[in-house]
Amino acid sequence: MPHLLFADAVHLAWIDYTILIAYTLFVIGIGFALKRYMKTSADFLTSGRSIPAWVTGLAFMSANLGALELVGMAASGAKYGISTAHFYWVGAIPAMIFLAIFMMPFYYGSKARSVPEYLKMRFDERVRALNSLTFAVMTVFASGISMNALAKLLNQLLGWDYHVALWVCSGVVLLYVLKGGLTSAIYTEVLQFFMIVLGFAPVVYLGLKDIGGYGHLKVALEKVATNPMALDLNSKAFAPDAWTSAWKPLLAGPAHNPMGVDIFAMVFGLGFVLSFGYWCTNFLVVQRAMAARNMTAARNTPLIAAVPKMLMPVLVILPGMLAVGLAALDKGYTMPKAAPADAAIVAFQQATAAKLPPADVAKAVTAKLGATVNEPQFAAFVAQAEAAPKPLANNEVAAGLQKTTNLPNDYDGVILSLVKKYCPSGLLGLALTALLASFMSGMAGNVTAFNTVWTYDLYQAYMAPNKSDSHYAWMGRFATVAGILLSIACAYFARSFNNAMDVVQLVFGFVNAPLFATFLLGMFWARTTGTGAFLGLLAGTATSAVFHGLTLATGNAVGVKGGYFAHLIGIQPFPFPSEMAQNFWLAIFAFSVCLLLTIGISLATRQTKSKEDLRGLVYSLTPRLRDESVPWYARPAFVGVILLACCVILNIIFF
Amino acid sequence: MGLDIRLPIGLMFTLIGLLLFIYGLVTPAAMYQCSLGINVNLKWGLVLVVFGAAMLYSALRPEKKK
Repeated sequence: MPHLLFADAVHLAWIDYTILIAYTLFVIGIGFALKRYMKTSADFLTSGRSIPAWVTGLAFMSANLGALELVGMAASGAKYGISTAHFYWVGAIPAMIFLAIFMMPFYYGSKARSVPEYLKMRFDERVRALNSLTFAVMTVFASGISMNALAKLLNQLLGWDYHVALWVCSGVVLLYVLKGGLTSAIYTEVLQFFMIVLGFAPVVYLGLKDIGGYGHLKVALEKVATNPMALDLNSKAFAPDAWTSAWKPLLAGPAHNPMGVDIFAMVFGLGFVLSFGYWCTNFLVVQRAMAARNMTAARNTPLIAAVPKMLMPVLVILPGMLAVGLAALDKGYTMPKAAPADAAIVAFQQATAAKLPPADVAKAVTAKLGATVNEPQFAAFVAQAEAAPKPLANNEVAAGLQKTTNLPNDYDGVILSLVKKYCPSGLLGLALTALLASFMSGMAGNVTAFNTVWTYDLYQAYMAPNKSDSHYAWMGRFATVAGILLSIACAYFARSFNNAMDVVQLVFGFVNAPLFATFLLGMFWARTTGTGAFLGLLAGTATSAVFHGLTLATGNAVGVKGGYFAHLIGIQPFPFPSEMAQNFWLAIFAFSVCLLLTIGISLATRQTKSKEDLRGLVYSLTPRLRDESVPWYARPAFVGVILLACCVILNIIFF
Repeated sequence: MGLDIRLPIGLMFTLIGLLLFIYGLVTPAAMYQCSLGINVNLKWGLVLVVFGAAMLYSALRPEKKK
């Protein structure tokens, strides 16, 4: 079939489908096996606090390792190199250790069933309402965005119908969460963790072998760093170590690293504000630790999670680095290209149907494409299309245009392009199942966090207090169905209104940025009042919005990327070298304003909670945990220090 | 919870590993050009079986007395 020469879809063999179906049957089977243990609302929504630490630990890490994280980290690995590992070694490990040693005793010891419920115990209903509402909406949107990406992927890659893919995958998630509740979600996250490790490890191994080992990769990346323009990665050249050193390019300043970030924003903005704000307060991950069977297991959860988290860059960032390395060495691999606009595909089909000469086809297509063509290859593609017995299908035209024109790089396609390159049938099924698994368990994680917050923090708190437990257990199941349906609605919304989705995510960014200041003061300063926390949090969120409206990353247009307030009052927005730097500094400002205002307002208002009320919720009023029953080498503080030391060693190795 | 998660993990990876291993045995070497000439299905299938079996063993061995 010569006219399929440029087509790029993947054909799954029966073995690949068998693996996919086997995985699906197993997760549904786990749900059904757990069904008989789901008696009370607590069994369903909080796993009845009964899970061993290694399981909650792997789930804790895995809940964050969604497909969008996998795809995004490989993309950043290609764009920025080893510095991407800062999102793990700086932006996760210290916060996870802090959570285990200092914060878990309050979350777990307070017997709160959710993070918003802790806020209610520590402060008041206002803080809980603010946190639970934003969190509930956020989880639904997050799972919608992820499911939209999954359905699109299955559509483009395997040719499945978008709607069928979306509803079937959501249906599978619904089935097992409805049967086994949070325990189902946690168990599948553990399964997904092993799927990802065992599914992607051979791909990384083959990529590394192909390029000739890490030494050769380094040489290739030095070539990339001194001429990133050749691969369209960046518009300017860097020092040879820009892709292979984690800290030296950062220390040289924002102009000398491809992230465009300064060291203070990296360490304080990402490493403290954003990272602690996510890992220590986000109920999606904290819920996993709260499901542990006792205090020791709860505190060990983030510590156990830190071990695979530290090593994860090998599986998720290295593929991106391998991709640019392979492309730079001409190893028969080219960077994946963005999908051409539909209008360009139609223009190509019309022009070739009219048998126009290649130069005229090029003219018609480039006008719609926003990219130039590569003359000889494009002419060959046109000749092929015009000689074909019937017109090329949309996906064939798209694949052809990606290969013969200068479309921008599609960084999110990096991980999949490597899977396609190295995996024969069989291994292909395993790797794709791993990817599918991470999409689905991402949805399950969000839905199980949503149903708990909805049932306990919104429904029981404000709509129907004092009902029987079986009523809340019923509501938990109802919220699961509703959460999945809302996620599907959000997936359709994301599909049709891509820009509106960017705004939604932007607003969530504003809400999250100051959050850690509220928790930090709440847990470690008994004088913090509910009014201080509530107003401080609101002001922090407002600061995010104002900061974003007054700043802009170089090269971005005023709008969803910032600068709108500056535009309104007619001044130049404050320039940042990159969007990442803008985001890190935004977090720093929002955090600082929230911190200072909460302190100020707390000092000016009366503390309504007595010392007795705050026992078990605030550090200074809670008796120290005695770890004496545990041998010294297994105590959280000791393990935490060891893990931190390992993390420092990794940073030194890749300095 | 009453279900030991090691059981389904062990079962699933043993099963998928066996499938890959057998598939690797019966497929021609020409299929493995893309994986640098290595029969990855055969080799990785074996790794999965070992992993799955280890999980099953740890789930099914009798509880040690304290």
